[in-house]
Amino acid sequence: MSDRIFGATGLALAIFYAWAALQVQESFLSDVVGPKAFPLIVAAILGLASLVILIFPDPEPRWPGIMQLAEIAGAVVVMILYAQLLPELGFVFATALASFYLSWRLGTPVLQAALAGVVIAVAIYVIFHLVLGLSLARGPFGF
Amino acid sequence: MDTLSNLADGFAIAITWQNLGLAVLGCFLGTIFGALPGLGPSNGVAILIPLAFSLGLGPVASLILLTSVYYGAMYGGRISSILLNIPGDEPAMMTCLDGYPMAQQGKAGEALSLSGIASFVGAFIATWGLIILAPQLVRFALLFGPAEYFALFVLAFATLGGVSSTNQAKSAFAAMLGLGLACIGVDTQTGVPRLTFGEVHLYDGIDFLVAIVGLFALSEVFIFLEHRHGKADAEGKKMVIGRLTPPLSVLARCTPTMLRTSVIGFVAGVLPGAGASLGSFLSYSMEKQIVDREGKTFGKGDPRGVAAPEAGNNAAAGGALVPMLSLGVPGSGTTAVLLAVLLSLNITPGPLLFNNNPDVVWGLIAALFIANIVLLAMNIPMVGLFTRVLLIPPRFLMPAVAMISFVGIYGISGSTFDLMLMIGFGVMGWVLRKLDVPLVPIILGTLLGNVMENNLRRAITISNGDWLTLVGSPLAIGLWVVAVVGFLLPIVIGRTVRARMRRDTEGSTVD
Repeated sequence: MSDRIFGATGLALAIFYAWAALQVQESFLSDVVGPKAFPLIVAAILGLASLVILIFPDPEPRWPGIMQLAEIAGAVVVMILYAQLLPELGFVFATALASFYLSWRLGTPVLQAALAGVVIAVAIYVIFHLVLGLSLARGPFGF
Repeated sequence: MDTLSNLADGFAIAITWQNLGLAVLGCFLGTIFGALPGLGPSNGVAILIPLAFSLGLGPVASLILLTSVYYGAMYGGRISSILLNIPGDEPAMMTCLDGYPMAQQGKAGEALSLSGIASFVGAFIATWGLIILAPQLVRFALLFGPAEYFALFVLAFATLGGVSSTNQAKSAFAAMLGLGLACIGVDTQTGVPRLTFGEVHLYDGIDFLVAIVGLFALSEVFIFLEHRHGKADAEGKKMVIGRLTPPLSVLARCTPTMLRTSVIGFVAGVLPGAGASLGSFLSYSMEKQIVDREGKTFGKGDPRGVAAPEAGNNAAAGGALVPMLSLGVPGSGTTAVLLAVLLSLNITPGPLLFNNNPDVVWGLIAALFIANIVLLAMNIPMVGLFTRVLLIPPRFLMPAVAMISFVGIYGISGSTFDLMLMIGFGVMGWVLRKLDVPLVPIILGTLLGNVMENNLRRAITISNGDWLTLVGSPLAIGLWVVAVVGFLLPIVIGRTVRARMRRDTEGSTVD
């Protein structure tokens, strides 16, 4: 069933991609092939491959249970928040929070995870910013 | 003679204190990446590219760092195979067969040092193979016009899944997804924006580094979250390492094995679609046929069964660099990632590289030799240190990996948009891995999409719009034939090869 849904999604993607490629404005100074041909070839093969997947599906993969899905969704939300808050909080704070969360969810006890978060954030800051001179996000406190 | 003087120049470029330091650092990090289950050579190199790039290292220095990581990871994969019976990366799978039984007999140290020496022999011979073969291939590649190049790219995609590919439709899907992503952005030839939907951030295309780090590193983090009470948690504690040097008699017995399997591995690495996993598999099964016909010792801790796959997979790693450097077409996942390194340094691999940037080519080759020697020196006495690294539980390691990925991407562009895109790729990578869709063709597609399209359009323009020019020369026709055969072959014989690989692995992990 998963592969049938996947194939159907792929087919929809291919059709959408072909439609989007047809929307490309051609410049009056174009080469013989033009900017549309290659994306259209790609869309055609994409559609064909999706069709084969749809018709001849593989055995069902092992999907995780609802709890594990929630776990992954939670991690995604934290990462998105991290990306958004990085410029606001500064690198060290945001990173400590995010790695605390990930370490906690991977099974570390809360206090230990908090410590791990701080250690990871400070270690990356020291190695990559102070030693190697990479520019990291500055927050209101300058680190 | 010419080659030797070029090589000497390469050493002159590579031997500076900074470069030697980078080689040592790269080998060390690479061995760790290889040893940790779940983080293979592709992940290791992928995480470090953005860093090397944003640290502002020069081309030669970055290449030395990253190829050391590549070779280091190929060495490191064996450590967890031998100690934990969990391959650190895919090519190290065959090393479990005899390595783990040896460790159980209290000869872990012997297995580790012997496989270290085998890795060295394999990689050393393959590097010489690279020196000899790559310039010949370059001479051949100079005959290629745009139409032949287009066919060559098709060949690379068609054979990427390899003979052990499970589902060619899914490989094709992945390749097209990558090529489709590469089309996003302003068209290089006419200057019109394509598929950007008015989003300004997309005008200069999707940075392939964002795709690589998202697909490889972040999706790995999601996989760990899914199986969070993982089995890889520190099992190696009780293992007795034993003496760290193999007896000379064992070494002598293994020498012919190492030499034979290095050649096999190198050939498997050069051929498109084979790669290191198949290299180590072929080496192991061939060696079993030659020295142990009745199946008495192989699979029960025969030192030759440890030496064979390790020499084979390290030789394949060196062999895979041949098509990548001389044609600009990588034959495996990790070399695809190394191609990304070259492209992000503004170096285009291919026949012209040997003429235009000889310093890069020969500096790189010298770096391979240096990395090899450093790795040998590092792996024999310091192997105890690496076994201790295996004890770091993933619950501390994976958050650090995720954060370093973010740091690398943020360091390049400083844009939140790229970070969001990377998270998107991470989720996509996780779903696709669940569905058994290979990720490497996606990477290769985003890397090569623009070059491939340009060659297509150039070929058609030269022939005034005649599409038949794509099959207009014997060389092009030959490439198309190989591509079609390479694509169809796994469907016909893939099942038997896979079944044999599975049977061989399972048969000996049971007892």
